[in-house]
Amino acid sequence: MTRVTAAPAATDPGAAVTRGADARRVTGRRRGGKRRQRLEILLFVTPALVLMATFVIYPVFSAARMSFYRWKGFGPMVDFVGLENYLRVLADDVFTDAVMHNFVIVFASILVQLPLGLALALLLNRRIRGRGLLRTIIFVPYVLAEVIAGVVWFQLLQPRTGVLERMLSSVGIPVPEQGFLGTPDLALATVFVVLTWKYLGLAVLLFLAGLQGVPDELHEAAQLDGASWWQVQRRIAIPLIAPTIRTWIFLSMIGSLQLFDMVWILTGGGPANATTTMATYLISMGTQRSNYGIAGAASVVLFLIGFAMAVAYQFLVLRRDTRADA
Amino acid sequence: MLCSSAVLLTATACGGGNDSSASGGDENTITWWHNSNNEPGRGYYEQVAEDFEAENPGVEVEVVAMAHEDMVDRLEAAFQSGDLPDVYMERGGGELADHVEAGLVRDLSQEADETIEKLGGTVSGWQVDGQTYALPFSLGVVGFWYNTELFEQAGITEPPATMEELYTVIDKLKAAGITPLSVGAGDKWPAAHYWYYTALRSCGQDVLEDAVTSLDFTDECFVQAGEVLEELLATEPFNPGFLTTPAQGGATSASGLLATEQVAMELAGHWEPGVMQGLTENGEGLGENTGWFAFPEVEGGEGDPDAQLGGGDAWAVSTEAPDASVDLVEYLLSDEVQQGFAENDMGLPTNPAATDAVSDPALAQLLEVRDAAPYIQLYFDTAFGASIGGAMNDAIALVFAGQATPEDVVDATMQAAELEK
Repeated sequence: MTRVTAAPAATDPGAAVTRGADARRVTGRRRGGKRRQRLEILLFVTPALVLMATFVIYPVFSAARMSFYRWKGFGPMVDFVGLENYLRVLADDVFTDAVMHNFVIVFASILVQLPLGLALALLLNRRIRGRGLLRTIIFVPYVLAEVIAGVVWFQLLQPRTGVLERMLSSVGIPVPEQGFLGTPDLALATVFVVLTWKYLGLAVLLFLAGLQGVPDELHEAAQLDGASWWQVQRRIAIPLIAPTIRTWIFLSMIGSLQLFDMVWILTGGGPANATTTMATYLISMGTQRSNYGIAGAASVVLFLIGFAMAVAYQFLVLRRDTRADA
Repeated sequence: MLCSSAVLLTATACGGGNDSSASGGDENTITWWHNSNNEPGRGYYEQVAEDFEAENPGVEVEVVAMAHEDMVDRLEAAFQSGDLPDVYMERGGGELADHVEAGLVRDLSQEADETIEKLGGTVSGWQVDGQTYALPFSLGVVGFWYNTELFEQAGITEPPATMEELYTVIDKLKAAGITPLSVGAGDKWPAAHYWYYTALRSCGQDVLEDAVTSLDFTDECFVQAGEVLEELLATEPFNPGFLTTPAQGGATSASGLLATEQVAMELAGHWEPGVMQGLTENGEGLGENTGWFAFPEVEGGEGDPDAQLGGGDAWAVSTEAPDASVDLVEYLLSDEVQQGFAENDMGLPTNPAATDAVSDPALAQLLEVRDAAPYIQLYFDTAFGASIGGAMNDAIALVFAGQATPEDVVDATMQAAELEK
């Protein structure tokens, strides 16, 4: 009996022990869970990190290293020249012109594509007949591979044989003797027109997605208060999609700085270096002329410009959006 | 974890690298890269490799045929990694000199002395400091390819022999409503060939030879070369949009315009008939209407009017290659193989014994001019290497655009040369 009576007493500390063990097990599990969680993070993040290290970080460092040497692309890298390559790049008119061309595209994109894209998005956000078709048509150029779009435009813009020239001259618009791409003063503008055709779809798509997120109630309420369609768009819709617009500007800016494919296909940087960008300068200096040190220095400059602009934009403009989120 | 994955990745990368190693590592296997990727060339080289294997028991030749651009890219990667094929193509000049300096190319002077003697002066473009590092198997010269029918239409009976006559031809063609010339100035080198030729006609051989080694272009004649070019440009002979026209890609390229009878002439090398054949539906290019004439004489120029601008391809052996590779290269330049090479229209043979085997009449005429030339100047951009050559070509392209003077070409070249010293 005593045993029996003692039993519960005995079970109590036992229970306590068990509970304690349980608790320990729980914390142990929690600790084990943490370790597991860390392992999981490691497992999932490692492949991405390894890829990033191999294909992004290593090349960046290797280009930076290259920029301090005079190197032709083979043999050991021994001819250390300090900052000479940077001086050469910055003193090269072709490179400074290329930087200018990049910035022309950056600002022209924002000044032209933003209002145009916004106008189209507002238009396509209304209930009009054939809306789906129109949306598709505007978005199709963006889906096309850049190289294919480039080759098509290259052929359209050919002097004499190109379709565009015949179309323009048949309605009395004069065409330049050397064609749009062959005339140094017009080439960059022509490239920009093609870029706008290609990338307007993305702007419209993003803005439309933003507009869909504007609640209908706001429209209705504004209309009840007697606001006109314009007022609704200007005072309600556009301010509400401002974060989307700011993100688009960021993407457009970075894309314009890295501009390569379209220029390479349409003009190769010519005529008379009228359309060179930093990226085409890299290719012509590096792989074509085997001045890898100079190309390395130019790529570091491109990286720094892109990085500085991205950080500045994040800090000055996008910070508002991220803070609002938090 | 991160480390081990990284190690694992590198290890696999290394393993992969070894598997696809270009030089096989085997003393009896010769890896041979060439760019005769189409028939009949491809099959012919397969046969040549088999014949060589039969004559050299125990030796195996691994033939890798690829398109020209692919080969250039893969070779560039091979030079960077130092893992070269045993037998490969060198274009000579500054490029070869760089490879020699980096210790990548085998000196063939002693081992192949008999073949070198047989080839004579043509090997000079592949010599560095008097030693021969590659044996040229095809050597062509640049000249004007023209459409004989369009010439007839414009009432032109004789191809021009002097620049004045060329200007008359241009006038006559324009009067007949025909665009006289196409040039792929978008690729720069086709435009640069004009300046190379005006320099070749304006400067004496000694001046040129001196300039190639000393990189000193202060002689008056180099500025004169640009002035002659400006005279030609003043006649506005080129296809509309020539500043962005590519050299060879598609119907709107410079070669395409000549092949589709949009223009009457184009300055190009011996490859032109082959390129035009590839750009026309029937595969014939200009066919019977193909004509060729040498770059005209520049009145009052110091240069020899019979000297020609040209270049070619040579077989080189990499430093680590098995000794049998040299035998293969010598076999490739034997009378027998070069005759077959010529019969298959794969290029312009350098072995004199194969000269008669060239069947195409336009190419045969070009070959005659080549062999009668007192000397052949290697394309300047090849001779000077990519860095100086590229700067030179850029400046010449700017002259074509009317944005640089003859002096600018000389200055740009000298500046680029200064950085090489």
